[in-house]
Amino acid sequence: MTLLEFARGPAFQASVSIMTAGIVWRLVGILLLRRRAQHATPRTSLAGRIAGGASMMISRFIPRRTFWPRIAASVLLSTIFHLGLAIILLGGAAHILLIKQATGLGWPNLPQGLVAIASGLTLGSMLILLARRIMHPVLRLLSTVDDYLSWLFVFLPVVTGILLAGEILGSYETLLSWHILTVELMMIWLPFGKLSHGALVFPSRGAMGVNFARKRAAT
Amino acid sequence: MSGEPISPALPATDPDARQVPKAMRRFIADIGPTAALAMESCVHCGRCAEACHFYVQTEDPRYTPIHKIEPFKQAYERELGPFALAYRMFGLTPKITAKELQNWQELLYDSCNMCGRCSLICPMGIDIADLVERARHGMFAAGLVPEDFLGALAEKEHSSGSPYGLSTAQFKDMLHDIGAKHGVAMHVDEPTADIVTTVSSIDLKIYPSSMAAIAKILNHMGASWTFRTDGFDADNVSLTAGDRAGQRKITLSIVRAALACGAKTVLMPECGHSYTEMRWEAANTFGRELPFRVLQITELLAEGLSSGLIRVNKVSQSATYHDACQISRRGGATAAPRVILRALGVDLHELDDAGDTSWCCGGGGGVALIKRAQPLRDKAFQIKQRQVEATGAETVYTSCSGCRQTLEHGGKAANWNKTVASLLELVASNLKA
Repeated sequence: MTLLEFARGPAFQASVSIMTAGIVWRLVGILLLRRRAQHATPRTSLAGRIAGGASMMISRFIPRRTFWPRIAASVLLSTIFHLGLAIILLGGAAHILLIKQATGLGWPNLPQGLVAIASGLTLGSMLILLARRIMHPVLRLLSTVDDYLSWLFVFLPVVTGILLAGEILGSYETLLSWHILTVELMMIWLPFGKLSHGALVFPSRGAMGVNFARKRAAT
Repeated sequence: MSGEPISPALPATDPDARQVPKAMRRFIADIGPTAALAMESCVHCGRCAEACHFYVQTEDPRYTPIHKIEPFKQAYERELGPFALAYRMFGLTPKITAKELQNWQELLYDSCNMCGRCSLICPMGIDIADLVERARHGMFAAGLVPEDFLGALAEKEHSSGSPYGLSTAQFKDMLHDIGAKHGVAMHVDEPTADIVTTVSSIDLKIYPSSMAAIAKILNHMGASWTFRTDGFDADNVSLTAGDRAGQRKITLSIVRAALACGAKTVLMPECGHSYTEMRWEAANTFGRELPFRVLQITELLAEGLSSGLIRVNKVSQSATYHDACQISRRGGATAAPRVILRALGVDLHELDDAGDTSWCCGGGGGVALIKRAQPLRDKAFQIKQRQVEATGAETVYTSCSGCRQTLEHGGKAANWNKTVASLLELVASNLKA
């Protein structure tokens, strides 16, 4: 079995299984906790509360204007990073092909140059985000091993993806193998560390939105 | 500006290590899916620090809101989270020590008003203020409430029903004295009434005229109302201290007093946390929906002014308004004071960040009752001071006695020339004959 066969075969199956089982376990473990009934007369109807939850899922992407002067760097860097990742994943021809093979769904790819720019911006933003985490007193205090491991497990597939696209430092097959393996490493880590925020962000925002809409409190 | 904490060092007494598991159990007991989601979701982005007046004014990273619940977050991971078994087996999260918990006292009490401004900025939708309140339950169980005013008042409230240990007879006498002094008829312990009105202990001690103001307005409205000596003190210092049992006791005494006289409305005084407790938590404590409305005084005034039940003379005055966090941002009653100020014809100069994003005065959540926290409070007050000065207004109105007291103290420390006043008393002194 070649490295590529291993990456595409047993490693892929194992990583998908671990990621899926881990996320399901985590979400179920949270959602099955005893829910406390809310008896206070709400200010909004059930529909209003559901709308409040849905609205907060979206509105928290953009901070209120008053907060911008103090968090602009954090917001811009994380937006560039997340958007860059989305462009690479959903706009890159190879990724679209992979999704089509797996699900049958496909769409036109973005120009290669645009994906290359997104890759560069993602890589750059990640390096600055890491530097901030190390240097900013608040981020340094909050950071745990999880933060640095999560950063590494995202950084590796981004780097190997860039190397693969340019066929730098190795043959196509070797670079593809390493790219797939690093993605799988990230998938295995995803449910256990803070990368799980990808699965938790909407339930978390939604729950707060429903609670706050009940009071018609500021969201 | 970062570095040394502003509050003086904590007492050197060794905390009782046996209390730590109790603290953690108390914290975990209340965790449901929403709080669990909140603790699982943090991405350590640090934005909450930038919304917190204590961090902004000191740049001390320890005042980062989410950091304030760190020991409790670890306890959740070890004991209740989906991967708790792995955390315990592999020692991924060390057990919290009594000393660590003691070191967190300043972060959970002195430097958090539970004002919820951090909850507004969090990109993950984590209600950090709610988590701090739960962590205080744990701190109370561990015997780690600051001992001075806050601890002492909560203890007295737990045993007597009033943080100042007022007996019902004393309360009754005080009300009649206030009525006589201000020439207003007081209704006390009426057997039936549509409105039961409660008081804040701060008002009893410092602003008794606010009780006369409530009476004057309710009489003006022709309302059927009463103070009840079996459930009068809404302050609920127990809530801010973290004493769940005391909190329940105070809340239920008001609920029972209202039920006893068939009240349709329970009126909450100019006090932030007492409103949140009664409006949003009392029904849960009671176990079912309350058979009466709970209104903060500004809501009643706004309703009365809109319906014509309250008629006021216009006031030619320019002023600004300070929102109490628990009434506006977290209570959902942001519009009411503006309705009142408009009806009075006040030339309102809003603060930057008025309404939902208002900065806390620094005294809420019991912080005003912690003596050693005063230097830190004064630092936090500087934000409000700058904002008020920028409006050019001479008077700051507010609808929370705790905020009023904090603003007055902060102003005094800063030799401030602004007047801090009650919106309730402004209405009462401008009623049409």
